Amino acid sequence: MTENLLLKPSRPVGIIGYGAYVPRYRIPATEIARVWKGGGAVPIKEKSVPGLDEDVATMSIEAARNAIARAGIHAHQLRAVWVGSESHPYAVKPTSTIVAEAIGVVPHIQAGDWEFACKAGTEAMVAAMGLVGSEMADYALAIGMDTAQGKPGDALEYTAAAGGAAFVIGPAEKSLAVIEATYSYVTDTPDFWRRAYQKYPEHGSRFTGEPAYFEHVSKATETLMGELGTTPDDYDYAIFHQPNAKFPTRAAKMLGFKQEQWEPGLLAPVIGNTYSGAAIIGLTATLDIAKPGDRILMTSFGSGAGADCMSILVTDELLNRRDKALKTQDYIARRKEIDYATYARMRGKITMK
Amino acid sequence: MEIPRHWRLKKQRYGLIGEVCPHCDSKIFPPRDICPDCGKEAKDEFAFSGAGEVYSYTTIYNAPSGFEHTIPYTVALVQLEEGPLITAQLTDVDEEHVSIGMPVEMVTRKLREDGDERGMLVYGYKFRPKLVVAA
Repeated sequence: MTENLLLKPSRPVGIIGYGAYVPRYRIPATEIARVWKGGGAVPIKEKSVPGLDEDVATMSIEAARNAIARAGIHAHQLRAVWVGSESHPYAVKPTSTIVAEAIGVVPHIQAGDWEFACKAGTEAMVAAMGLVGSEMADYALAIGMDTAQGKPGDALEYTAAAGGAAFVIGPAEKSLAVIEATYSYVTDTPDFWRRAYQKYPEHGSRFTGEPAYFEHVSKATETLMGELGTTPDDYDYAIFHQPNAKFPTRAAKMLGFKQEQWEPGLLAPVIGNTYSGAAIIGLTATLDIAKPGDRILMTSFGSGAGADCMSILVTDELLNRRDKALKTQDYIARRKEIDYATYARMRGKITMK
Repeated sequence: MEIPRHWRLKKQRYGLIGEVCPHCDSKIFPPRDICPDCGKEAKDEFAFSGAGEVYSYTTIYNAPSGFEHTIPYTVALVQLEEGPLITAQLTDVDEEHVSIGMPVEMVTRKLREDGDERGMLVYGYKFRPKLVVAA
């Protein structure tokens, strides 16, 4: 056991710019229940669905453009473009090079795709903190984005959604929010997976709860707060990975957080589970309304399994940059409801040959 | 397979990168290295803002090869804020809501697969109705 468990770069780092993206289409959970005769309560109100011409590359490009607009830097100042997802468009060929080319960052960069179920986005953020914190680079772009797959009729189909966020990570003195420290808690826990060449993931039903989600989320959060010497009262907002509405609210209550702390970042009820984008789009929605001096706690979770917890302190700069791009709620308000047939077509569930 | 062509056009397609004439300041898209207005050499790169408006439009029900999967879709002549008139697909819009003069903005989307499901993915600009800030 190492003495100090916190990950804290020697050069302080923070969020220079952030951007969200949610596609336009929504399918209500009741519409999925209608087709599959699902009984009982539905886990969310509705989920977002990507259009026929959207994938993780195109969605990442838009979130990245929003993040760079807020950062106010030239794209060429970025030295890394890292995209975390479990739905990269290609099996082999990086999403990150497409994104980097589109936003004009190439060629003097690191680029790569990350995968860790739902926590690939925060994993990319931690790596970006390392790159900037070690002074190897001044700015790095970390993205978490997904167009999640759910087997027709499976419990996951109600929530598997599309969306995510992008963050320009840079020196703390230029940031709109300082990342005080981060901590990750990881074990080999097989609660959810998708084998090669399979279209849809498998999950361990109730096994996804206690030994996976709750164990990792609570251990990551408690350890970070313990090492930092903070308590839930020190935070104005808290965001937990949101595969549905129930898990994050239960985790928040277990850890001692109150409704007003988690409410602004709880988006699963209206957009569903955006997987690699789920915790971090809660963060962008929270940054959209936070004040200078506010402290935000965010804990992501990825099946397989692990959780990344971050303690974030908002600076005065947030107010100068917030309105330079569309806000998370602007994308959520843009909404076109679709039925199951249209959803099946958009998600490629209708075989044409 | 048209990989070299897709690769050659990626800059203008992904990010609406054109040219500006150093002699008469005319903005040029697609890039052609010769200014269509003054006829002089124009090779300076220029990134268009992506803002524009619908000049005219039509809806495609019988699509050319490679675009069958997304029918029906609307194709528009978009007058860019900086001047050029370009042809592009509209996206995230229902046909009945398209009108001449409608403000639009550029987004980078998947255009098609090159060939079949084994081919490369081709990305490029489309335009959507300008997104408004929620009240």
